[in-house]
Amino acid sequence: MKIIEVRDLSFTYAGGAKPALSHVSLDVEEGEFVLVVGPSGGGKSTLCRCLNGLIPHFYDGEYSGKVVVDGLEVDRTPTYVLSQHVGMVFQNPQNQLFSLSVESDVAFPLENLGLPREEIRERVDEALSIMNIEHLRDRSPFELSGGQQQRVAIASILAMRPRIIVMDEPTSCLDPLSAVNLFNSIDEIRRKLGLTIILVEHRVDLAAARASKLVVVSDGQIVYAGKPRDFFERHNPHAYGVAFPRVAKLSLMMQRMHNDWDGVSLSPEEFVDEVRKHVGRF
Amino acid sequence: MSVVFENVHYTYPSGVEALVGVSVEFASGEVVALMGENGSGKTTLLKHMNGLLKPTRGRVVVEGLETSRASVAQLSQKVGLVFQNAEDMFFESTVYDEVAFALKNFGFSEAKTRRRVEWALRFFDLEQYVSHSPFLLSGGEKKRLAMAIILAWSPSIICLDEPTIGQDSLQKERMMHMIKMLNLQGKTIILASHDVEFVAELNPRVVLLSKGRIIADGMCEEILTDLPKLEKASLIPPQVVLVLKRLEDLGVDHRVLDVEQAAKNIAKVLTV
Repeated sequence: MKIIEVRDLSFTYAGGAKPALSHVSLDVEEGEFVLVVGPSGGGKSTLCRCLNGLIPHFYDGEYSGKVVVDGLEVDRTPTYVLSQHVGMVFQNPQNQLFSLSVESDVAFPLENLGLPREEIRERVDEALSIMNIEHLRDRSPFELSGGQQQRVAIASILAMRPRIIVMDEPTSCLDPLSAVNLFNSIDEIRRKLGLTIILVEHRVDLAAARASKLVVVSDGQIVYAGKPRDFFERHNPHAYGVAFPRVAKLSLMMQRMHNDWDGVSLSPEEFVDEVRKHVGRF
Repeated sequence: MSVVFENVHYTYPSGVEALVGVSVEFASGEVVALMGENGSGKTTLLKHMNGLLKPTRGRVVVEGLETSRASVAQLSQKVGLVFQNAEDMFFESTVYDEVAFALKNFGFSEAKTRRRVEWALRFFDLEQYVSHSPFLLSGGEKKRLAMAIILAWSPSIICLDEPTIGQDSLQKERMMHMIKMLNLQGKTIILASHDVEFVAELNPRVVLLSKGRIIADGMCEEILTDLPKLEKASLIPPQVVLVLKRLEDLGVDHRVLDVEQAAKNIAKVLTV
């Protein structure tokens, strides 16, 4: 089932010389893990803001086209309604955290919705448990590591029980190991809760293997939307400002030496499996 | 030696011990990557280079000047530090004024200031933003502006804190090119990074930090292929090393960082 439908969307920020997005169309199926990549300033963050209603509700500018998210037309739906369908996680978790304890940070948006106390407690417990941060419940969010803070930020989104989570470079403040752990958790909650994930990320080498769809945004347009593997096999990522995972590069080199090399690998595990096939030791 | 750390300890007022007996030397004209997980002490070490932090114990000597006896202003003429969060460096209302600020403070003439600002903005492809607010630039542009600010006064030692964070692949390539170029001009470059793929390609000397201590110091290929050491520093090995390590039973040598070399090594095993 289609959960996001973007049709001929254009947006120019007030005072902007040219459109940040120009005639963009995109379909996302429920439960997909969509990785959004592309050069800085190309329109990735603008696209995210259009999915949760920050555009056009909070950013002034010229908006045209149609965005339907979980059955709701974004420009005609108030953001407090949208926030129960689409959650947004930002680069810097500190921008999302402000309470004195992790628990009250996660509870805050629910209190805003005016939910009964019991339900708030239940949802907070559930969100903390999913993100494996129950032990941090009483800690101040500001004394946590970047990885833990990002988990708290995601928990506060999960507590809203959205069906879609949009993440705009959520690992940019994290070290690689924390980033991998976070990607693992994101993938796990996607599977467990049937969520749809839209992830903007420069760390293509760590994220590509998990994605079901790759969307390349450049110069305000979607220049590719399809299987990640096909992109690295048929296109030159450099031309689009997209990092070329080393292991994908390695596959292409092997392909040049062995005609029967099967496709491009997106993770070391996949590549090793392919090598073993050729050794005949598999 | 350009920079000498002698048994440096540093404890933050909160009680966190960020450096524990660090002794290391950086020669003039060297490129060194400080690597380790968040909280390993990389940034704390960099902040000792321009005197933003002074050792609790031990000493740091930068081009003959002991940092505890010098002001940040004095040290800043020798050492330029580009913060991880570029915004921390901004406070002026235009991009031009931001780059010109330090030059004026250092007593450069107006004509020279203008020449240098224009050069730096052109070098970092920012000249179209001369009269924009620094805060309205994109993440990648902010990072470039932070570097332009430092390079405008041409310090001999350049410290870059996580230069590739939030940068797309083209910007990373440009960063790589720029570091190599600055090094060719004789600058000492010390970068803190946990971007193993970037460092593997740059191929500098690597100093590995964990919990405030140096746990390894050597050439890039030696350190980034040493899996136990990388694990201790909570770093993920480069993809090429991960692949080769898993193929060790086939007789493939895993101590290689170069993709092309790795492909050749694997091909060799397959044709046997």
